[in-house]
Amino acid sequence: MSETLVITGAQLLGAESADIIVENGVIAEIGSGLSRAGARVIDAAGLVALPGLVDLHTHLREPGYEASETILTGTRAAASGGFTAVFAMPNTSPVADTAGVVEQELALGEAAGYATVQPIGAVTVGQKGERLAELGAMATSRAQVRVFSDDGFCVFDPLIMRRALEYVKSFDGVIAQHAQDPRLTEGAQMNEGTVSAELGLAGWPAVAEESIIARDVLLAEHVGSRLHVCHLSTAGSVDIIRWAKKRGINVTAEVTPHHLLLTDELVRGYDARYKVNPPLRREEDVLAVREGLADGTIDIVATDHAPHPSEHKACEWQAAANGMVGLESALRVVHQSMVQTGLIGWADVARVMSAAPARIGRLAGHGTPLEVGQPAQIALYDASVAGVFTEADLHGRSVNSPYLGRDLPGRVQFTLHGGVLTVDDGAVVAELRAHDALSERSESK
Amino acid sequence: MRHLLDTRTLDKVTALRILDIAEDMSDTQSREVKKLPTLRGKTVVNLFFEDSTRTRISFEAAAKRLSADVINFAAKGSSVSKGESLKDTAQTLEAIGADAVVVRHPASGAPQTLATSGWISAGVVNAGDGTHEHPTQALLDAFTIRKRRFGADSRGRDLSGLRVVIVGDVLHSRVARSNVWLLTTLGADVTLVAPPTLVPQNVSLWPVRVVYDLDQALAEGPDAVMMLRIQLERMNAAYFPTEREYSRRWGLDALRLGGLPDGSIVMHPGPMNRGLEISSEAADSERSTVLEQVTNGVSIRMAVLYLLLAGERDEERGGDQ
Repeated sequence: MSETLVITGAQLLGAESADIIVENGVIAEIGSGLSRAGARVIDAAGLVALPGLVDLHTHLREPGYEASETILTGTRAAASGGFTAVFAMPNTSPVADTAGVVEQELALGEAAGYATVQPIGAVTVGQKGERLAELGAMATSRAQVRVFSDDGFCVFDPLIMRRALEYVKSFDGVIAQHAQDPRLTEGAQMNEGTVSAELGLAGWPAVAEESIIARDVLLAEHVGSRLHVCHLSTAGSVDIIRWAKKRGINVTAEVTPHHLLLTDELVRGYDARYKVNPPLRREEDVLAVREGLADGTIDIVATDHAPHPSEHKACEWQAAANGMVGLESALRVVHQSMVQTGLIGWADVARVMSAAPARIGRLAGHGTPLEVGQPAQIALYDASVAGVFTEADLHGRSVNSPYLGRDLPGRVQFTLHGGVLTVDDGAVVAELRAHDALSERSESK
Repeated sequence: MRHLLDTRTLDKVTALRILDIAEDMSDTQSREVKKLPTLRGKTVVNLFFEDSTRTRISFEAAAKRLSADVINFAAKGSSVSKGESLKDTAQTLEAIGADAVVVRHPASGAPQTLATSGWISAGVVNAGDGTHEHPTQALLDAFTIRKRRFGADSRGRDLSGLRVVIVGDVLHSRVARSNVWLLTTLGADVTLVAPPTLVPQNVSLWPVRVVYDLDQALAEGPDAVMMLRIQLERMNAAYFPTEREYSRRWGLDALRLGGLPDGSIVMHPGPMNRGLEISSEAADSERSTVLEQVTNGVSIRMAVLYLLLAGERDEERGGDQ
């Protein structure tokens, strides 16, 4: 069982100050002047209390690519960024396209204890886009998979996409599409535009993303199913989602922190830390996705945390791997790009980084409000500080962050996962005190 | 000069300095003994990740005529998955004691990565990177245009008022990119002519005009027409329907050649596809500068190596270079 904690003076969603008592893994009491004999007191004066963050789009690399990340190191990175749950993308080796692999990932997450690991299943066998994986078996496995994605690859065949959307209706699943027309992006290296023209890097046109999103929302409408669009990155994609929602289509969309902040101008130095899929876009696109997130067109922020070993980045651009780590920096980047710009407040941050992703992924026990009786998934964030982001801020196995050397606001001071401190006074807890208290799986769902 | 990576960031003063030193180098090349002692004891490595005999022997000749020691390194592979990584290759050259590395690489930006990574201390010369830049080619082209126009009176002159038409696969051409930046920096007026499929999206920020009709561009009587090499595999990627159609619409045939005004020159970086982008009549005509470009290439590369390696010594002595 987790210890009893008295959190004093936290600003709930950045608003009124309150004390929170955490007992037996749940929020036992919220009020002022609270105390408990013998309980540890956490002075949270001035800290913003948020529900534990939920990332719908994480690459944990295990099984198969443990040189980049493991479920243990990835969830430590998650905890340090204020996350209490992460959805693990299936592009592992073997691919998470069977009940066996997703159950293994679930078990490794439970053993690690730093965050709840909810596996995502592949849509097609081996993510090859040819035939459906056993989606039902993954859904009814102990991992209770609800989100299916071939992320890294687009489910390009329109018939396979249609069938997948239809099939998952029987267990309230959702297809999370990586929208990228493979023919229009053969050999693509960066956003196609003025910068790619100058740098001589093969262009990755916005239309390669937008045309797939347009097709998919129409398919989702036709079969009456649920579609989630991963990491949309262009102004045109925002327009299409806006149109689809207005039409009543059951679609949700995510944006990454890096697409909220960084542009393709950064590619000019050919520094492969900025190489990512989808690529960094233009300033106009950054402003459009911010606006889309603020007005609710885009439902969530998801990190697309993608660790790579240094040799996959310390090389010529064309040979480098796509991807950036993002768990540790996500909240700080959202703070800078969305909160400091006045576009959204902390309650909105809680919605787009916790409640909505948990709802889309049908993950019980996460994304719940900071209320009495709810599971104690809590992040306490110091919004008043700022500093240069360095490797010391990274807690996973890889350091391919685009923010190294950049000024970012804020700092996660405490993270509680099911009432257990995973981050204590700014430091990731080395040994978790109560592993067994964390398997909330049996009572949830 | 620490490195020569591109012409995009090359200022006019430096560009003219390279061209003028190349004039000096060119003068020495008409002597009976062509070799100068300038870079004795320096080691130049030609690091070629892509076959290019023409460019490699030009750099080799340039370095040898300045008495540098030359190591030719034909490297295999360009990624971590196949062969040695760029980083390990670079560190090997550093350990050997390279003073300058001339690099040709199929990946755009590889020379810049080499120069900025901290893996080596040697000066880096970009000898062509992917579809990005080929700065010494543009310098030798500018040198050739200037020489044809001004002859012995070339020193110190820029290309103001001269009109250059560049024809062909601009999208994949490092030669075109380097020429766009350098020629416009030197004051020339540049027009690109290509099928719309072979113009990058988007070139709105380039200081050039883009037209699709070769005859329209030639009717304006340009001072130089630069034909780019067309790679036949482009046909398979639907950039144009057939070789014949490309040649008919964008090739410099005898008829188009005949319509050029007196004094117009025809340029090609080589190797040429005779009968495709350029006819034999054009390639072998009096207007053709193809072989002068090769000769001038050695002088330009001598100038660049001189500025990189001898110039560095000046800086170390606190010179004002």
